[in-house]
Amino acid sequence: MPDTPHNAPDLPAYDGPPDYRVVGRHGVYPETSHDEIARFNFLAQMNRHLSTQVMPGVGEAFEQRVAPAFQKSHDRTFKDRHEIRQALTKDPMWQWWSAMRRSTMESRQQAGRWVTLRQAEALNAKVGELTKGDKRLKLNPNMKLPRGVEAIDHHCMPGSYHTELVPGDVTGPANYDAGIFATTGGMLGRYNDGGGVAVAEWVKRNMGPDFKPKRILDIGCGMGHNVLPIAAAFPDAEIIAVDVGAPMLRYGLARAKTMGIENVTFVQDDVSDLKQFEAESFDWIQSTMFLHETSYKTMPKIFAETQRLLKPGGIVLHVEQPQYDDKMSLYEQAMRDWDAFYNNEPFWTKMHEVDVDAWLADSGFGANALIHDGVTAVIDKNVFPDAADDESEDFGRKAAWHVVGAKKVA
Amino acid sequence: MTKLDPLLLAGAKSKGKRPWFLESPDTERLLNITMALAQEVGVMRERMDTIERLLARDGKVSPAAIDGFEPTKSEADARGLWMQEFISRILRVVQQDREAIAAGDELSSEDVANELAS
Repeated sequence: MPDTPHNAPDLPAYDGPPDYRVVGRHGVYPETSHDEIARFNFLAQMNRHLSTQVMPGVGEAFEQRVAPAFQKSHDRTFKDRHEIRQALTKDPMWQWWSAMRRSTMESRQQAGRWVTLRQAEALNAKVGELTKGDKRLKLNPNMKLPRGVEAIDHHCMPGSYHTELVPGDVTGPANYDAGIFATTGGMLGRYNDGGGVAVAEWVKRNMGPDFKPKRILDIGCGMGHNVLPIAAAFPDAEIIAVDVGAPMLRYGLARAKTMGIENVTFVQDDVSDLKQFEAESFDWIQSTMFLHETSYKTMPKIFAETQRLLKPGGIVLHVEQPQYDDKMSLYEQAMRDWDAFYNNEPFWTKMHEVDVDAWLADSGFGANALIHDGVTAVIDKNVFPDAADDESEDFGRKAAWHVVGAKKVA
Repeated sequence: MTKLDPLLLAGAKSKGKRPWFLESPDTERLLNITMALAQEVGVMRERMDTIERLLARDGKVSPAAIDGFEPTKSEADARGLWMQEFISRILRVVQQDREAIAAGDELSSEDVANELAS
């Protein structure tokens, strides 16, 4: 059997997601059986197939028939991305790509939930034991959930970040953790931390050796996978990671501890109002893939809070997918909107048209203090696919981001 | 502690009205069922591949050996390649739809038949 045709030397070199078994297993990682792993492998391959083999067909259909038909019937070109999306929804190539993309996302959730729910009792007990009495977990059961989180389950994840099926439940975050591999095809690296590693490296490179943050705030931390590499890169700093989801924070602390990272405190709060923290008490405030899960009401409040909380000379960095601007084609904008309308990321579309620079300036950051750059996930290239070398595009899901931020004038 | 029912809860619907993409929701339901079955065939094939490799290597298999199997890089590549081939087979019709876009207006066999007989 080792000599199936698949081992034949004349087949093309394999270019695809690594086997799921390369994921890093920290101390509270759910156990996975052979078939559960194989299911994640299939789903990672499906996502890869959809982005590299099917999605380009949507672009071809757009060029060859959707755009010409619109021009013919309207006697003009598209005026905005919404017109393009609405026209695309009538095209079979878009329809089939979308139906399969949605189906794959739902299957990924089911696959991950099966893994964590079948071992819920053991998983919850293990995390409970690791976090019991630990002052680095500060939960606030009276916190009011922001509307954007309460209204809809983000990225079709039943229960979203906050639902507890039983007291002390962590099956939600464990599902999130175990299944990101399937959505990204491994592009975030062994511990889903390729984004955080990239940010930590960016700060070391751009802020210089004199930047020695004592206190770092991570807003919208989720299970902490983006902030742990920052905590590891700045071991002398005290890290405060804030999120609304109690299960995420509980799992996050247990996860961090088993990875040997001890300098992160996980706090449940709404980051648009962080009055529990003193003004000018942080050297660095970070958000990673978080702003698109806020709202027009809360985003300015969040920016204002970061301005209040930063020490003079401190920095705030927001890592996000690129904003829609004149340099981005309307077609690309329409495709990037897919997750907003069809994958329960409702604020994604409106967030990406914001003039972030202007909003930051309105929050008290001077225009000359603004920061713009790009980062790609930093991963073990021998094992994981490298977004920096990958020419394919998965509109909104690729591990390549923009950094937008500001330095508070000293 | 309450015992959770994974069978019921794993496939739960996420909050928010589900969008449908195909002209017929029934067709899309069947697509979802078909793709779930495809997934399970992929799972079964990977398991078979694991068993075959264990047998070739050790001459025996056990549940623990199957769950603990770690493919080498070249084994993982071969399995990944098979999965790509498998998905390409299942989604052949979508590939051909895409090629038809590039081909533009094509003659049907009937068109050609008429032409050849004229």
